[in-house]
Amino acid sequence: MRLFNLFKIATKAIILNKTRTLLTMLGIIIGVASVIAMLAIGEGSKESIRTTISAMGSNMITIRPGADDRGPARGSGGDVQTLTLDDYNVIKEEATMLSYITPVVNGGGQVINGSNNWPSTIYGVNPEYLNIKVVDLQSGSMFTDAEVQSASKVALIGQTVVDNVFPDGREPVGQMIRFDNIPFKVIGVLEEKGENTFGQDQDDVVIAPYTTVQKRILAIDYLNQVMASAVSEDDAPEAVTQVTEILRSQHKLMDNEDDDFSVRSMEELISTFSSTSEMLTILLVAVASISLLIGGIGIMNIMYVSVKERTKEIGLRMAVGAKGADILMQFLIEAILISITGGVLGVILGLGATVFIEKFLNWPTSVALYSIIISFAVCAITGIFFGWYPARKASALDPITALRYE
Amino acid sequence: MSKEIIKIEDLKRQFTMGTETVHALRGISFSINEGEFVTIMGSSGSGKSTMLNILGCLDQPTSGLYEIDGVKVKDLSRNELATIRNEKIGFIFQSYNLLARTSAIENVELPLLYNSKVTSEERRERAVKALEMVGLGDRLHHTPSQLSGGQQQRVAIARSLVNNPVMILADEATGNLDTRTSYEIMSLFQELNKKGITITFVTHEPDIATFSNRTIVLKDGDIMQDYLNHNIQSAADQLAKLPKQDD
Repeated sequence: MRLFNLFKIATKAIILNKTRTLLTMLGIIIGVASVIAMLAIGEGSKESIRTTISAMGSNMITIRPGADDRGPARGSGGDVQTLTLDDYNVIKEEATMLSYITPVVNGGGQVINGSNNWPSTIYGVNPEYLNIKVVDLQSGSMFTDAEVQSASKVALIGQTVVDNVFPDGREPVGQMIRFDNIPFKVIGVLEEKGENTFGQDQDDVVIAPYTTVQKRILAIDYLNQVMASAVSEDDAPEAVTQVTEILRSQHKLMDNEDDDFSVRSMEELISTFSSTSEMLTILLVAVASISLLIGGIGIMNIMYVSVKERTKEIGLRMAVGAKGADILMQFLIEAILISITGGVLGVILGLGATVFIEKFLNWPTSVALYSIIISFAVCAITGIFFGWYPARKASALDPITALRYE
Repeated sequence: MSKEIIKIEDLKRQFTMGTETVHALRGISFSINEGEFVTIMGSSGSGKSTMLNILGCLDQPTSGLYEIDGVKVKDLSRNELATIRNEKIGFIFQSYNLLARTSAIENVELPLLYNSKVTSEERRERAVKALEMVGLGDRLHHTPSQLSGGQQQRVAIARSLVNNPVMILADEATGNLDTRTSYEIMSLFQELNKKGITITFVTHEPDIATFSNRTIVLKDGDIMQDYLNHNIQSAADQLAKLPKQDD
């Protein structure tokens, strides 16, 4: 009952000072809105990175030759010839945490069909490649283990290659194309995957048996990389450890020697890229939080002025029977009402801004519920924290002095 | 013999100003009975304001006894004093002290907002009744800026009545008003007093004292005079005697 009355008194004071209250709220509104919008941008970019990487196969593990040391003195991974088919065979036999594994050799070249040609990359793999990369076929079928054994000249092509070398819309499956000078029979078309986060066109590929690519196109006997997929996403880190151990003993590395290869899971890739966007999010939120803090100081400032200005009123209220606690509550409720109303308006504005950013700037955004809860909680706490000091000051006034205050 | 509302015995109040001790009240004793209309007079520095603060439970005596309606005020906490002010005393100030931009009725309701025993319906009812008592039944929703000085003081009087106090305590309540209006206000006080309401009126204007039935004169912290007024003037008659104004 009493609290309800104090609530009424506080609301009345707010309504009597509409303009001032609104201006005070503006700080909180902008603060909350920017926190929400910034978090939405951060979450959005993080999510889009995760989605693209997951689309590339979230269980995927890549093994590359050369140390995972990007120091200036080392050669790039591609030049190193330390990863061999033997390594692949040993891993395939010994690793228990992997469900699929394929050797990978790749090289660039020209795809030619009659008068149409297109520069692309050929990947030499085994049939498990599709399971690892989580790619489906749009038409045709994958080559078989037997075709790998016999180094058959068969290939699957991505949609970009189809568009460029079969511009007339003819069904590519069953047609002959040439990669550089080697004729290949197209036996399948890969499902369209589009661009990944890094702007790479995932459909601009030619897939063929690794034996064929090794012998007939690249004329090499080593591997560019080995791709595998862990039994599950959770097992990926353990699989990485296992593969590392197998390869170290296979390469007869001493304990004091560094790895001459690198094993990385997608999870690592995700965290590498996420950490960049996380840093950015933290930065954005820090800036937004400062504006929320300034909004809070705005509330304190106004409440402080308000207490001074209403000293006589406080004296009167005390004279007619208001206790210190009543005065404290009155001003505290006022501060909290301002900050919470500002918070609600801020959330609405923040959501509006997020929609605007998504629609007109084409940035990926994702509003997390926690960001709304956090910013709302923060502004309620701001109200209490910054309202407390002036309210406390008001309640501690001596009624005689307050009454005589001019 | 009617009931004692106020009982004061050997009341002392001193202030320490730096190294000096100021004796504002030097051992005062008197009592006020129910239904009395007492004026407390004195020039500035006589201890009048200190007396008023203590009577109003805004301040506490250094020593001595102060009882209001049977409650010993000395040694009560800040909160207990607030409750006494809320339930037993009605304040009226020289400068009205109404809340700006707030309607008359809401101003009158104010003391009851701090009394959780009063429901909102009862609060409204009592506020309307109090405003009708002071003749402002038709001005319930006017804000102070829409009222004259005299009307504002009437609102303040209604506010002091609304909690059914044992005593109304007025501090120079006519100090800001012209003669005509202050006579109007005094006649209202006399009317209220006739209804049995105890009034203590602190003033330095001698003509105000003639409307009361008892006067206590303070000087330098002591009671100089305490006398019953056998020739009470009627404020209404005085008002009639004033020259008519043109408007």
